[in-house]
Amino acid sequence: MSQELLKVEQLFVEVEKKQILHGIDLQMNAGETHVLMGPNGAGKSTLGYALMGNPKYEVPGGAAVFQGEDLLAKSTSERAQAGLFLSFQNPVEVPGVSLGSFIRSAMEQRGEKISLWNFRKAVRKQMELLQMDESYIDRDLNVGFSGGEKKKAEILQLLMLKPALAILDETDSGLDVDAVKTVSLGVEEYQKNQNGALLIITHSTRILESLHVDYTHVLVNGKIVATGDASMIEEINACGFERYIDRA
Amino acid sequence: MEEKTYVEDINRSIYDIKDESKDSYRIREGLTEEIVEKISEEKHDPEWMRAFRLKSLKIYKELQVPDWGPDISGLNMENIVTYVRPNTKMSAKWSDVPEDIKNTFERLGIPQAERESLAGVGAQYDSELVYHNVRKEVADQGVVYTDMESALTGEYADMVKEHFMKLVPPTDHKFAALHGAVWSGGSFVYVPRGVEVTIPLQSYFRLNAPGAGQFEHTLIIVDEGASLHFIEGCSAPKYNVANLHAGCVELFVKKNARLRYSTIENWSKNMYNLNTKRAAVAEGGVVEWVSGSFGSHVSYLYPMSVLNGRGARCEFTGVTFAGAGQNLDTGMKVVHNAPDTLSVVNTRSISKSGGVSTFRSSVVVTPKARGSKSAVSCQSLMVDSESRSDTIPAMDIRTDDADIGHEATIGRISDDAVFYLMSRGLSEEDARAMIVSGFAENVSKELPLEYAVEMNNLIRLEMKGSIG
Repeated sequence: MSQELLKVEQLFVEVEKKQILHGIDLQMNAGETHVLMGPNGAGKSTLGYALMGNPKYEVPGGAAVFQGEDLLAKSTSERAQAGLFLSFQNPVEVPGVSLGSFIRSAMEQRGEKISLWNFRKAVRKQMELLQMDESYIDRDLNVGFSGGEKKKAEILQLLMLKPALAILDETDSGLDVDAVKTVSLGVEEYQKNQNGALLIITHSTRILESLHVDYTHVLVNGKIVATGDASMIEEINACGFERYIDRA
Repeated sequence: MEEKTYVEDINRSIYDIKDESKDSYRIREGLTEEIVEKISEEKHDPEWMRAFRLKSLKIYKELQVPDWGPDISGLNMENIVTYVRPNTKMSAKWSDVPEDIKNTFERLGIPQAERESLAGVGAQYDSELVYHNVRKEVADQGVVYTDMESALTGEYADMVKEHFMKLVPPTDHKFAALHGAVWSGGSFVYVPRGVEVTIPLQSYFRLNAPGAGQFEHTLIIVDEGASLHFIEGCSAPKYNVANLHAGCVELFVKKNARLRYSTIENWSKNMYNLNTKRAAVAEGGVVEWVSGSFGSHVSYLYPMSVLNGRGARCEFTGVTFAGAGQNLDTGMKVVHNAPDTLSVVNTRSISKSGGVSTFRSSVVVTPKARGSKSAVSCQSLMVDSESRSDTIPAMDIRTDDADIGHEATIGRISDDAVFYLMSRGLSEEDARAMIVSGFAENVSKELPLEYAVEMNNLIRLEMKGSIG
């Protein structure tokens, strides 16, 4: 029997007093990959931020249980330490903090002690997979990174931190064909070899081509209006979201 | 071995441990001719120095307290003890330093730093150096590193007399005059022509006695084509009475010589830090200042570079962190006094919990300094809305052939950045400390590793309890 990882019930989310999500229900088991699709402005990223605990996203109602614990009662850092990860659509630039030392500090926060030598070795391996130049490890976090390098750096963090559930927020947006391929290689590595669960937020389908998908959800106007299997992706690819918009 | 990172917990108590004050000699409080004579006698000054002290005292009495900076009315000179001699003689052997003093420096990591990465160390406790040691290979190169008192009477006595307070004359300002009258301790360094000192020399100043002043004099002469990195560290425990630091640093950088002067200052928060630092740079010479100001209640600190020779250069990299109850007025001055001179200034100031941080810069370009360039950049970060940060640039350009730039920015810690770091598992406090450390990285990356770690620890410490 599959193990329940995340259970979201009737989740309402507000941003600056404006309600964006109107009662989301979502259930995920360990190791599963769910895709959350929907037109621009549907509230997809809002769900990601709310689950990660961004203080700007208030939750006036609903529940979220992650690995048996009340997710909403935890701070953002506690959620991360419990095994939740969010890959940002626009990763923030942090001058003076190197990508490497940041990842290592984050690993230490999770109680992982790793020597500098072993850390470098592990990072190098994942960077190779992501076709990232090794010099990025000593560069300031996201500062001056191209759009593609920023997304790769997010996936690098994912692979190093090995969370139980990763939310990928528009990880494929703004990337060229080759970069999408490389990034999905990284995601595949997490999915297959780390047995990680994924909630992939996207409005295109490029990143999904090489990934195994268990469920697809369609979010329109702050509500999940349809849930199905991987075949829904092709159908949406062909026909777009139009037929779902009426249901909202 | 456990590696240090800036997420590791640290403890300010290592700085705050006070040793029982059992100095062997203590001048009584206040400042009179009699006291200055007494200091001079105690220190066996040569006659010229005795006269110099008395002349300085006279100037001190005539000059006014500066009225353009932070309030220093809490400093009553009648209550500051100007000379405290620790109960020991200076030693070149660590084992000979008295136990309590040794423990203080051990806790601060000085002997360890010396073993690992320094060419020589001087450790001053209250008014006198208690320990001084130079590595043999460095001494064999002809490098002189000694306490000022020995220098006054030793082989280099003439050189000292020729340079002492010539760059910072007692008439410069009231506290320079005070320094001239009561100075004690400090270091003399001479690097002979063409000698490159590859590992840094260090002085560490520790003021232990309550209500005392520290007036060390640092005189460094780097001769033609030579190079040196000198590191200065300062700390003191906190007492309820005001302490005063009015040291003086004079740096002479000769033709094509290079000197880096790094400071991590962590005086206790009752300290009035009225320190004067100045460098004269000859043709083709380079002075690099690396400066971290963390402690003190009030600071007036503006290291100055006088570029006297063609192509002389000055680089200034600094960070100032003003927390609760601190008013840190720091900055730099540069005088372009020869053609084709260059100055590059890159500073960061951080203010938090009501702290006031002011950056004052002064760029002077004389008519002689054609073809000179100056770039001044100051970035400020305010950690909360009760703190204050000011930038006060002054420029006096007397030639039309100069390229002068000044930029200043001010910012806050972005909520998005804090959320981003927290989403990887860092606590809010750690996330903020990491952002502030990153902001100050211009300085930490210029410091030797142990000092960079120490600086990041200080930042972390200052950021503790900053949430809410």
